[in-house]
Amino acid sequence: MTDNKKVKAVRKTLSDTNLLLTITVVVFFAMYIGAIIFQGKGFLKPQTFFNILNANAALIISACGLSLVMITGGIDISVGGVTALVSMCCAVYLDFHQGNVFVAALISLAIGLAFGVVQGFLVAYLDIQPFIVTLAGMFFARGMTTIVNNNPFNVANEEFVALKDTRIPIPGLGSYNRAGTYVDAYIEIGVVVALLIVAVMFCMLRWTRLGRNFYAVGGNSQSALMLGINVKRTRFLSHLICGLLAGICGFVYFMHVGSGSASHAKGMEMNAIASSIIGGTMLTGGVGNIIGTLFGVLSLSTIQNIVASAGLDQPWWTGITIAAMLCLFLVIQSIVMARKKRAAR
Amino acid sequence: MQMLKKITKQQIFIPIAALLILAIFNLIADPSFYKITFSYNSAGQPVMTGNLITILDSGSELAILAIGMTLVTAACGGQDISVGAAVAISGSVLLRVLCGSNTRPETLQAPIIVAFLVSCAVAMLFGAFNGVLVAYFKIQPMVATLILFTAGRSIAAWINNNELPVISEPRFGYFGGYIPGIPIPTPFFIAILCIVVAVLLLKFTNLGLYTQAVGINENSSRLNGLNPALIKFLTFVLLGLCVAVVGLIKVSRFSTINYSVIAKDIEMDAILAVALGGNALSGGKFNLAASILGAYVIQFLTTTLYKVKVQSDALPAYKAVVVILLVVMSAPVVRKWLAGLGKKLTKQVKEAV
Repeated sequence: MTDNKKVKAVRKTLSDTNLLLTITVVVFFAMYIGAIIFQGKGFLKPQTFFNILNANAALIISACGLSLVMITGGIDISVGGVTALVSMCCAVYLDFHQGNVFVAALISLAIGLAFGVVQGFLVAYLDIQPFIVTLAGMFFARGMTTIVNNNPFNVANEEFVALKDTRIPIPGLGSYNRAGTYVDAYIEIGVVVALLIVAVMFCMLRWTRLGRNFYAVGGNSQSALMLGINVKRTRFLSHLICGLLAGICGFVYFMHVGSGSASHAKGMEMNAIASSIIGGTMLTGGVGNIIGTLFGVLSLSTIQNIVASAGLDQPWWTGITIAAMLCLFLVIQSIVMARKKRAAR
Repeated sequence: MQMLKKITKQQIFIPIAALLILAIFNLIADPSFYKITFSYNSAGQPVMTGNLITILDSGSELAILAIGMTLVTAACGGQDISVGAAVAISGSVLLRVLCGSNTRPETLQAPIIVAFLVSCAVAMLFGAFNGVLVAYFKIQPMVATLILFTAGRSIAAWINNNELPVISEPRFGYFGGYIPGIPIPTPFFIAILCIVVAVLLLKFTNLGLYTQAVGINENSSRLNGLNPALIKFLTFVLLGLCVAVVGLIKVSRFSTINYSVIAKDIEMDAILAVALGGNALSGGKFNLAASILGAYVIQFLTTTLYKVKVQSDALPAYKAVVVILLVVMSAPVVRKWLAGLGKKLTKQVKEAV
């Protein structure tokens, strides 16, 4: 009897968000420990982990935006295109017009905001399918990138290069390199920005009225309307914030790679959606957690590292692994949904 | 006035109007756009060349895809964005079967028809994969097909070990080029064949009716004894068949394949063709003729953009603007607002008179 109750209580706390989040966190740790055991000492170094963070700071930011939109019940596949456009615009501005870094950051924010506002307006107020709108947004951004400049090039602006090479050392977690000297572990500025955004988004979604509105609209927009929530404005805001984050993501990406190219961030929208889904955000809306998204990005990049270091370094394996993982988690979600429906009956 | 209203209410009016606008634009900008010349190609056969022939040629691929895409859109209320990647896969399979283990074979290792049937089977298998995710796991079509969209080109490269087989057999080039003695490109005839098959299929089976019923209201169609999941699944498999045909044409054009470039952005054009045909992208009723005409109009637009010297990489930006304009114009909110505006204007005119 008591056992039964206990099981029920556990089930209750494990419902929806928590269950999916738990799966993600467990999968991530299992994968990382598995990598340490089977792939040798590379994964034991703290720097390996920090390198994953360094390389994926931009992805974390865009995935946060995507999670928000998906929690609200929409989707945005323009983030990769916007990232490419932002990095190209910043590169052209810094290199050809001798601009300063601060203005470049403002430009990237403005581009992101512009995409967010237009897409949000079309989706929320004109009631057009978000997928079509953002698909057009993606193609527009990719096309515009080549119109701005067709050739990839490295940025040589001194101010920017100094910023790009800034490393924040983390004391105590360093390791000895081959020559035997002690090297501190480091992270890039982008990681700090990304973690800051994760924290802000987490607090916003958990404790503010606006944050709860996103969940309400995504869960059931009809009931949200009945409760007096401004559904249209909430949808609009979700796309606006996602666009803004895509702009920031573009700048962080630009800081990491330091060049402008039309083929930058190819497939980033896919990775961002995949990490959101792996992190337990439901495509149907109303369920999701930013911490889960963070772990989603980490799992995704860990599995990529594992695939690469396992000797399967042909270019096609990355795409296939991500797709397989995404497929797996989509099916898990669909099963969870079906069980929930049966339980509700 | 009544008559005008009746004409503008027809669904096929939208692509025809778009076609007229483009045609007039080209006529004013450069009348030589319409010139068709007879010439001899490298094989010494008489062929017709000119922009209109290019449109017929490349538009046919799009038209074939538009048939499948229209059905998927109608049944599922979403689109398949993996068609470009799926074309790459089916083309790769086709070459793999034709070439065997050698990448530059002197003779074909298998009859073309066998290779085509194998590629059909593979393309339908991938269509079925999408269909299962959409119909049975109830995942939004665009997200479900996003999986294949990412993995597709990788799989295509993997099938041929990332090598680029080349076929030297001239007969293989007929499907994407010209049959000796006939000056009109073959893809056009293949498209007509596909259209005829599709029309017969819709005419003699209930597929069209059932598809629309599922698209309009899934629950009530289930209560009426249909199996919505099966219908959705079927539409995806049919789209797979269309993809295989396009794969044959695409590969035959150059007798080789480039995994990252083949059928690039074709999903966008196919969706655009469906939208331009005036079909609701949220599912329900559809008009196949309008979609097919839409496909040719899209190709007309592409050719026109090339003519005014737009770079091929920048094309998506212009097309995206067209898509946005189209969906904005067809959004119910905007239509209501426009209708209200029209009424207000006529009222004011009447009062002024």
